[in-house]
Amino acid sequence: MSAQQTNGSQQSTSANGSAAADNVLLDVKNLQKWFPITAGFFRRTVGHVKAVDDISFHVLQGETVGLVGESGCGKTTAGRCILRAYDLTGGQVLFQDHDGKMVDLGPLTNNEMKPYRQQVRMIFQDPFNSLNPRMPVIDIVGDPLRINSVASGQELEDRVASLLARVGLRPEYMRRYPHAFSGGERQRIGIARALSLDPRLVVADEAVSALDVSVRAQILNLIKDLQEEFNLTYLFVSHDLSVIEYICDRVVVMYVGKIVEVAETEELFEQPFHPYTEALLSAVPNPDPRMRQQKARIVLEGDVADPANPPSGCYFHPRCRYVQDQCSHETPELREVAPGHFAACHFAEELTLTGVTASGELG
Amino acid sequence: METPVLIEIKNLKTHFFLDEGTVQAVNGVDFTIHQHKTLCVVGESGCGKSVTARSILQIVDQPGRIVEGEILYHRPDRLTGIGSSGTTPNGNGADGSSTTEIIDLAALNPRGRQIREIRGQDISMIFQEPMTSLSPIHTVGNQITEAIKLHTDMLDEEADEHAIELLRRVGIPRPEERLGTYPFELSGGMRQRVMIAMALSCNPALLIADEPTTAVDVTTQAQILELLEELQDEFGMAIMLITHDLGVVAEMADDVVVMYLGQVAERGDVDSIFHDPKHPYTQSLLKSIPRLGISRTLQRLDSIRGMVPDPYNRPTGCMFGPRCDHFMPGRCDAINPPAIQLGDGREVHCLLYEEE
Repeated sequence: MSAQQTNGSQQSTSANGSAAADNVLLDVKNLQKWFPITAGFFRRTVGHVKAVDDISFHVLQGETVGLVGESGCGKTTAGRCILRAYDLTGGQVLFQDHDGKMVDLGPLTNNEMKPYRQQVRMIFQDPFNSLNPRMPVIDIVGDPLRINSVASGQELEDRVASLLARVGLRPEYMRRYPHAFSGGERQRIGIARALSLDPRLVVADEAVSALDVSVRAQILNLIKDLQEEFNLTYLFVSHDLSVIEYICDRVVVMYVGKIVEVAETEELFEQPFHPYTEALLSAVPNPDPRMRQQKARIVLEGDVADPANPPSGCYFHPRCRYVQDQCSHETPELREVAPGHFAACHFAEELTLTGVTASGELG
Repeated sequence: METPVLIEIKNLKTHFFLDEGTVQAVNGVDFTIHQHKTLCVVGESGCGKSVTARSILQIVDQPGRIVEGEILYHRPDRLTGIGSSGTTPNGNGADGSSTTEIIDLAALNPRGRQIREIRGQDISMIFQEPMTSLSPIHTVGNQITEAIKLHTDMLDEEADEHAIELLRRVGIPRPEERLGTYPFELSGGMRQRVMIAMALSCNPALLIADEPTTAVDVTTQAQILELLEELQDEFGMAIMLITHDLGVVAEMADDVVVMYLGQVAERGDVDSIFHDPKHPYTQSLLKSIPRLGISRTLQRLDSIRGMVPDPYNRPTGCMFGPRCDHFMPGRCDAINPPAIQLGDGREVHCLLYEEE
């Protein structure tokens, strides 16, 4: 860890590919977030939940990066650290300012964060809990504009109206309260709120998970359209691999607080290099009954490791099909196994893992 | 090929009488469940799939009640005359193929003795959220043996042993120790396994699974689905699986019922539903899901326009009419499409298939 920090920038530049390019919007370096476990009357700290443990990745301008993993893998925590909703335990969150300078959001105070909070916005998972039931839509969407003194009065109303129209809601409804809208419409309100300040980076935390199938497709298409229109960059946090595949350019796979694989979407789905990614891909039910026979589903044994008390060596080794002696005592580093393709597995090159081919069959 | 009928639902209507008006949650549903088969009921939220399942067990929450229709339960031989003699709980599902007794579950008193004998014994249910459907203040062992003691004449020790056997069967490590644990000590996947063990404790003829994998991760989902398939082979029960995930349907189902807004849109065997869908709703639903391996090549997903209508304000005629691409003015908004038989057990509720 300390060795990595001394030559931090060099290390993570090589550790996740093209961080040297100038169009990096967000560069996360060795990010850590540990939550203390307290016990006893004096709430002494007896251990830590290593929710995010030393992860590095970057997001290019205009790109959609997916952060995928099972519950408890730290994907949401990572997203919230980037927004500085949590204070970091360690590491850096470098964000490109308007003038092209990289600013570390980690140590900034709340006041210093203010201009960046306009540029990094969030779309939440639950469209029912993330909107204040006592505020009409015009306030929900317009408050960021008012608080940041971007617009007021009639201008504010016009901006809200155009935002609502853009996300497919009728501007006449802006005086209504959230209860009058369905789940999909509320998610649109949430998106309008996230976009109200012309952000550059949007963190979408499970933005479509709570929606019905038919509405989910509408929202996914909307998210894609808005990206083209406003030149947005997304960090798309999700557990749903088929959604990730549809919307993302690059995918970061996490397992128990660590990154296990990073690659372009197509690469990752066609040729995974980490056994966890393979198992994750194979666990997704295929919506074609004729594939049932052909598919040798990999069923993982046991549960996701406890981030407060992770196993030794590779965190995945107790569940891995290809486990060998080395795995239980040596922690694998995230390393480049193919151009632009990173995996944290000792045997990445030796294993022949199964991905999903373009026809939807497992090849 | 075709196994005997287990449950026959005829024109079931379950309505909720609220201050704001009547919600017709289930409005004229017909389908059948066959022995040893898996029937998947698929639809979006608010389509009435859960209420249908709850109607079968007569556990619809107040102020809802069954207002019309029949739920005919063809009770397998091995289960007739229960209450008096205990049924053998292990692996004799295959012999219950002939039926003698037919009970109309819809006509039973929801609080009566007869339906209480059927619940847990003939028909059992597992729920979506295992944390809220297990009692937090009783141990796992307590909760499983309760059903066993109620429906069989096993006593404490024997029931405990049977519970341990069940827990082992559903893949819980060290089941002897688990009897004394509370649900909060278990992970989500483990809780769902406990629920399954409990549901299977009396070797039911039908297991209703209401979104059993919605709250768990994909890898756990794969474990649970695999387990259900294995247990079905072993115990021979029919499964009614309620889900909104078409992937799960494709993996598990023998027969499929597609529901929309309290009505059946279409039903048939799983292969024809996925490869030859007839109802415009099924067709667009299948087009709107991202598919692994295919969706990355797509520019856009096809989506269904609009949204599921408000339950107080149902459209006239066909429920799907306002969102349908094949909408025929003057017909679709006037006539509620009847069931149209297409042969091979397929049925579609759509005027496009009406014979002139």
